[in-house]
Parts: sequence; C-alpha cells; structure tokens
Amino acid sequence: MTGKRRLERHSGEAVLALVLLALPLLLPNAYAYDIAVNAGFNAMVCVGLNLLIGYAGQISLGHAAFFGLGAYASGILTTRYGWPPLAALVCGAAGVGLLSWLLARPVLRLRGHFLAMATLGIGIIISIALNTESWLTGGSDGLMVGDFSVLGRTLSGDRAWYAVVAVLLLVTVSMSRNLIDSPVGRALRALHGSEVAAEVAGIDTARCKVLVFVLSAVLASIVGSLFVHYAGMITPARAGFMRSIELVTMVVFGGMASTYGAVIGAAILTALPQLLTAFEDYETMIFGAIMVGTMIFMPRGLLVTLAGCRWLPRRPAP
Amino acid sequence: MTLLRVSALSKHFGGLHAIEDVSFTIRSGTIHSIIGPNGAGKTTLLNLLTGIYRPSSGRIELAGQPIGDLPAHALAGRGLARTFQNLQVFTNMTALENVMVGRHRHLDQRLLPSLLRLPGFARAEAAAAERCAALLEFVGCGAYLGADASAMPYGALKRLEIARALAAEPMLLLLDEPAAGLNASETAELDAVIRKIAGQGITVALVEHDMKMVMGISDHVLVLDHGRKLAEGTPAEMCSHEAVIAAYLGTA
Repeated sequence: MTGKRRLERHSGEAVLALVLLALPLLLPNAYAYDIAVNAGFNAMVCVGLNLLIGYAGQISLGHAAFFGLGAYASGILTTRYGWPPLAALVCGAAGVGLLSWLLARPVLRLRGHFLAMATLGIGIIISIALNTESWLTGGSDGLMVGDFSVLGRTLSGDRAWYAVVAVLLLVTVSMSRNLIDSPVGRALRALHGSEVAAEVAGIDTARCKVLVFVLSAVLASIVGSLFVHYAGMITPARAGFMRSIELVTMVVFGGMASTYGAVIGAAILTALPQLLTAFEDYETMIFGAIMVGTMIFMPRGLLVTLAGCRWLPRRPAP
Repeated sequence: MTLLRVSALSKHFGGLHAIEDVSFTIRSGTIHSIIGPNGAGKTTLLNLLTGIYRPSSGRIELAGQPIGDLPAHALAGRGLARTFQNLQVFTNMTALENVMVGRHRHLDQRLLPSLLRLPGFARAEAAAAERCAALLEFVGCGAYLGADASAMPYGALKRLEIARALAAEPMLLLLDEPAAGLNASETAELDAVIRKIAGQGITVALVEHDMKMVMGISDHVLVLDHGRKLAEGTPAEMCSHEAVIAAYLGTA
C-alpha cells in the first residue's frame, strides 16, 4: 500500500481523534462531560450494532439487553462476589457471547419482520428477568456498583473517564473499519447485497450472520460493563425495549452502513434529550418522530445524505 | 477426462417435474452449452449443479467426488463458480469489491487479523485487490474499478459477474444466459471473453438462448425440453436434429 492510500484509509480516524481531543475545550462543566461520556458509550454500541444492521442487513431490536447483561454481570460479580472489575467484564462478555451464539443460529434463520420480532422477544424476556430476579439483580430499584479499578488503579472523575472512553471509541471505530474492509467484512456486505451470490462465492452466510450477531452483542456487553462502573448503578430500564429502539434509531439516523454515521447518530441523539429536558415526557415520541422522519426523508441516514448533497468529495464517475 | 458427471438427475417441485432423469458428462477443457426452449429446466439444472437446489434423486460428481448433497457455499471450494441469469450483483459495493468477494475462499477469514489489520494481512489484501483489478480488466470492465456497482450499466454488470466468478479460480464456470439483454457488439465482446476463459483451461458450461453464439462457440451441446434430455452432440449435429428442430419450431 502506498503512503497516500494509507493516509486516505486513516483520514477518518484522524479527524475523529482531533474532534475527541478538541472536545474537552468546549465542555463547560461536569454535566457536559457526562453527556459526552454517555455519547461515547452509545457510539461504541452503535458501531457494533451497525455492523449487524447497516452492513450485514440483519436487525436486532434487543441489543440493549446484551448491554444490560454485561452491566449486570459486572455489577453482580464485583459487588456480591468481590470479583475484580476486569475479570467481571471478561466473564460478562464471554457469557453474552455464549448466549448470543446459542440464540443466533435459530433466530438468524428468520428474515425481516420475523427476525425483528424474535430479537424483540429475547430483549423483553431478558429485561423481565432482570426486573423480577431481585434477589440477584436488585429488581426495579437497580444495583449500586463501585468504581472500575485495574492493577490497583481506580478510574474515577469525568476527565479520566472521558479519556478512556475516547480512546476506546477510537479503537472500536478503527477495528470496525478494518473489519469492513476485510474478507469477512466484504462477506457481511455481500450477504446483504445478494445472499445467493454470496453463497455461490463460497461464503457460509449462516456462519457470517452468527459471527456478526455475536460480535455486536459482545461489544454491547463490554460497553455495558464499563458503563455500570461509570454510572455507579444500573436499572432494568437500561436493558429494556425502549433502549433497544433508541440504539437502532441512532444507527438509522446517523446512517446505515457507515461507521462514522453510527458515531454521529449516537452523539446527536444522546445529546438531544439533554438539551430538550423541558420535553422529557415526550422523549419516546421525539425518538419515534426522528425514526419515521429519517426513514421518509433520508433513508440512507444523516451522514450519507449530507455527503451526497455537498462538501465531501464524491467518488469520481468512471 | 470427465470433469462433471450427472447421472439420472431429477428435481420435483410438488407435482412439477422440473428436471427428470437427466444424465450427461462435461469433459474438462471444453465449452459445453445447455440449450432448450423457455421452461425447459436449464436454470433449474444450474441451480442443482451449484447446490442452490437439492436433487430429488440422482447423482452429481465433480472430478470424481459426489457434490449433490453439498451446500452452495462448499462448492466454491470444490472449483465451481457461476453467474446468474437475473443479475445477482452486490449493489452495495464497488466493482472491485464485488470481484474480491469472489476471491473470498482464497483469503484470510480469521476475525482477529481482520480487526487489527496486521501488516501481513494488509499485504495480502493489496495483492488480492491487484489480482481482482486484473480480472476486471480481463473482462473489459477496467474502467469501472472503483465505481459503485449500482451505477454501472447492465452490460458491464454481466461481465462483472463473470470476473467475480473467475476470481474464485474455478475448474468449472457455469454461465447462465450471459448474452441475454446484450446488443450485437456486446455479445461479440462476450463471445471473445468466453473464448479467452476457455483458452486458459477453464471448463465452461453455458446456458444460452443466443443460437449464433452457442453454435459458434460450443464444443458440445445438450438440449433440454420439458425437463428431459432431448438430444446432445456437436453443434452441427444439433442443427440438423429433427427432435431439436421440432422442439424449437414446433412440428408441422
């Protein structure tokens, strides 16, 4: 690869890194930092979810449940059993990986509405279980969780969390883009484009779907584990159906099949409700309106639509 | 040497006998055409050969190995590649990426190196891209290298599918009506491409309606009608075969 192509490949990550570096200059207070950190958590989940929805063309209406399982695994293992946070995170991710793998094979045989219904059902079952098994999860009151610490160093304070989340987001985005531009990533996009042609090209489409489903679920679980230490608590609502819809809305709004679209969608839709606190009761309605509006007026999402109308250079026609 | 051997192959959809007791062989290194009136079962036969349908009965052997029960994705590894009558291009990708999907079975599919894009991995990708670009050039689509497949004209997409199939480095290439919808000059270009492919030692099985092309290019012709084998032989023999003429033109 020539130097120029390498530069092109990483120019997006460079811009994202600059934005993440410059952002603290614009964040006036702890509240603004909190929004930024939450946006970072959502962005990471959305980058994973976008691999599933945007690139592979599958749908999950239950991804908040995987986030919630990671969060609860970390919360329960660290508070009730005294596990070190990192071990709890890994254990949660492994558990979610196993669960999503077991679910994926039968569920991903379904298409369209049926797949949406199945993932929706799984998400709801998990959030009900988190609600009712209060001996373990604390029920609807939620679970209080301590700080994240590793090797005797404790992670606390807005700035420290911001730095960690910014680096992890950059790593997640970079890995996602690497994956998309690899044989596995092309296989995912191919099965979206034409499943029969992908099969004939030698791609085991069933295996690919399972892989991306598990990958996005494990990423959601890891982010959930980190989130629970940052927020200091977790409630079943964070694993609920409405949260799953919010995540999908972020992906769709930002732009399907665009890693940066997912990041931008997550950032805007995390900040928006905070800026519109007066409309708190209508938050669900606003998300619904954004989803419907996106589907009607910019079905390819914010980023692609903007890129299509001006500034960004377009691919030269042959 | 026999590359493909089909014995007593049948496919039933409920009461419809789409393919009924068809047997034939394809020798390696030849261009073998499969013709017949609309609804004769040509595409069904191709779908059986490429694992998209499972045979109701009968045997398919590729290079001596039975392949009738293998799923479609396993057949690329056995040296089988195909194109589609109704285009199956990945319109969400560029022309080059489409061809690189065809090369999938030769590339590194491990997750971790993909996520990290290690130097060796990046070199292999660059080499694959170069090879696939050469294939696009070979089929006459060099100008569309970085173009979105969704923006390419129909004739170019037909050839893009051929490049994608060739990227798998098949022993046997099955082309399903590659000339359908092409004008005379595009068909002539396609004719030349198919000859070049055969010249490289790749066996070609061609399903086609363009009789001028079939008769000019084929070493051997198989005629299907109503799911059954009507006749087979050299193009010249088929041109004068009474049953074939009757099937195409009707009897007086």
